[in-house]
Amino acid sequence: MKLHEYQSKQIFSKYGIPIPKGRVAATADEAKQIAEELGGRIVIKSQVLVGGRGKAGGIRLAKNPQEAAEVARQILAMDIKGLPVRRVLVDEAANIEKEIYLGITNDRAARKPVMMCSAAGGVDIEEVARTTPEKIIKVHIDPLLGLRDYQAYDIAAGIDLPRELWRSFLTIAHGLWKAYSANDATLAEINPLVIANGRLLAVDGKMVIDDNALFRHPELAEMRDLDIEAPSEIEARKYGLSFIKLDGSIGCMVNGAGLAMTTMDIIKLFGGEPANFLDIGGGAGADKVAAAFRIILADPNVKAVLINIFGGITRCDEVARGILAAMDEVKPNVPMVVRLVGTNAEEGRRLLAEANMITAETLADAAKKAVSVAQAVVKEG
Amino acid sequence: MSILVNKNTRVVVQGITGNEGLFHTQQMVEYGTNIVGGTRPGKGGEWVLDGKVPVFDSVRLVVEAKGANCSVIFVPARFAPDAIFESADAGIPLIVCITEGVPVQDMMRVRNYLDQKNIRLVGPNCPGLLTPGEAKVGIIPGNIAIKGNVGVVSRSGTLTYEVLYALKEVGMGVSTCVGIGGDPINGTNFIDCLSMFEADPYTEKIVLIGEIGGTDEEKAAEFIGDNLTKPVVSFIAGQTAPPGKRMGHAGAIIEGGSGLAADKVKALQAVGVRVARHPEEIPSLLKETVET
Repeated sequence: MKLHEYQSKQIFSKYGIPIPKGRVAATADEAKQIAEELGGRIVIKSQVLVGGRGKAGGIRLAKNPQEAAEVARQILAMDIKGLPVRRVLVDEAANIEKEIYLGITNDRAARKPVMMCSAAGGVDIEEVARTTPEKIIKVHIDPLLGLRDYQAYDIAAGIDLPRELWRSFLTIAHGLWKAYSANDATLAEINPLVIANGRLLAVDGKMVIDDNALFRHPELAEMRDLDIEAPSEIEARKYGLSFIKLDGSIGCMVNGAGLAMTTMDIIKLFGGEPANFLDIGGGAGADKVAAAFRIILADPNVKAVLINIFGGITRCDEVARGILAAMDEVKPNVPMVVRLVGTNAEEGRRLLAEANMITAETLADAAKKAVSVAQAVVKEG
Repeated sequence: MSILVNKNTRVVVQGITGNEGLFHTQQMVEYGTNIVGGTRPGKGGEWVLDGKVPVFDSVRLVVEAKGANCSVIFVPARFAPDAIFESADAGIPLIVCITEGVPVQDMMRVRNYLDQKNIRLVGPNCPGLLTPGEAKVGIIPGNIAIKGNVGVVSRSGTLTYEVLYALKEVGMGVSTCVGIGGDPINGTNFIDCLSMFEADPYTEKIVLIGEIGGTDEEKAAEFIGDNLTKPVVSFIAGQTAPPGKRMGHAGAIIEGGSGLAADKVKALQAVGVRVARHPEEIPSLLKETVET
């Protein structure tokens, strides 16, 4: 789950990282009032969860409160890459002398968090990583020990940070480590960390929180911005389903992410287009399957549904009962192709045989049947 | 012969009294797995499955009383890291964690702890292990695989069953199937399993099932090119998946490779691995490896 810049920076601030003075505003009047309190030059920053805000015109300077109100009004009326700007962050503008990148993420291969730092920070850090990776210093952190002082000093020395800033850098590096570890982040980054008027300041920040850990961070879970998700995806999450909407005509209901992707692949291999990715997960009860059905069938592009269930943790009879309950409730008007194999599959198949559904033995057979009935529906329509 | 588990493996089930734990304990017992006990703190002294399996308060007690040497974990995600630590501290050398949804920072602490103790973890978020005809430790349906000489290793769950089922349909058997799980941080990876299969005299061919994300398949390809004499057939899921949501600058920096299916397929083909277009093609590709 991604956090907004203002949310990330507030968290950073809690752990001793210096951030610019400022607050978030939802209206031009609020922005003006904050600008009056701050005095001096200010920066108005759109709070949307996409990259490239600056290049899209979503980050602008203002010289005085009147100008701040006007700029905020314009930015709040924008859509950036399809996302409405609902809030702007009004910060005092920094006199930036130098831009540094400082971030922590999980290194899958090393199975440890890694702190990364570069003297070439700013918007082009990915370009730096691609073309001159030696300009990025990486230090792995033992998750049982945490960040050690010497590691932070190594980084400061490695980026040729002026020595008078080393103590401040140490505080910031430890603060970022604490923000990352205490909040179960998968990413915590300051970009840029600037030198302004001789001191370090976290001008922009970003955090991504591990969805699996939100149970122990209810206050973070409440920060979720639903704008970046399709309504069907929000509905799916309520039922513990993993759903991604696509543009094809064959709805898919599958258990397991790998098998769901494979089912999409094989539909395409036999000339069809999947309408979605949907993993009903393990231990899916009737209500969960019914919800999956409603979500798939709400898409008017869906001309056929392919249900592919291989029972392990999910028992096929339970799935079959879920399908039948959902059929009763939703009364689907598109053909259904079902393939059930695995634990209690016979009982599941027996239950479905009575419900007039197209059944298939193999995955290839199921995909071919789904593609052909979907095409037939399109021709009839 | 097999890898990791066989009929002599003495298994303790952590979370045996929960719905999933109990259901799959029954399945494992019916398969013939040597389940020596289960744990649920506070329910020690009780029995499950009509008095067939004793419940203990801790893994340590099952090790002392029953000589357990493998644990399988069915507890909810928030308790799973503790369950793994408990088994590790009780001296269990092989821990299989079925639970999905374990926070990734917990897994980093778990993995770094286990590495210091030289303990093998399989999973989390995995279907577990199956040595057909001997033992199943986890949730892989027992009736979809027969004994044989194909070693199977997979990052996926149900997709693995597809492959086992397709093999059985044409009469091909399996030495051991290892579901290593799809989480970013797990206990056992492709390379661990490839080297165990290479060393196992009963395994003659290997099936490797990967999916998009990360670079484990590329690393496995490199390892196959350098170390394996046995033929490998592969399938990579997610060839048509839309590009995933990026994880900010740092994610892009650290991943290096793109994680795309096409790159993984290319890396595997470059070292002579045959890559199937869909899972049901795997048996015929395995047969071809005999001829060449």
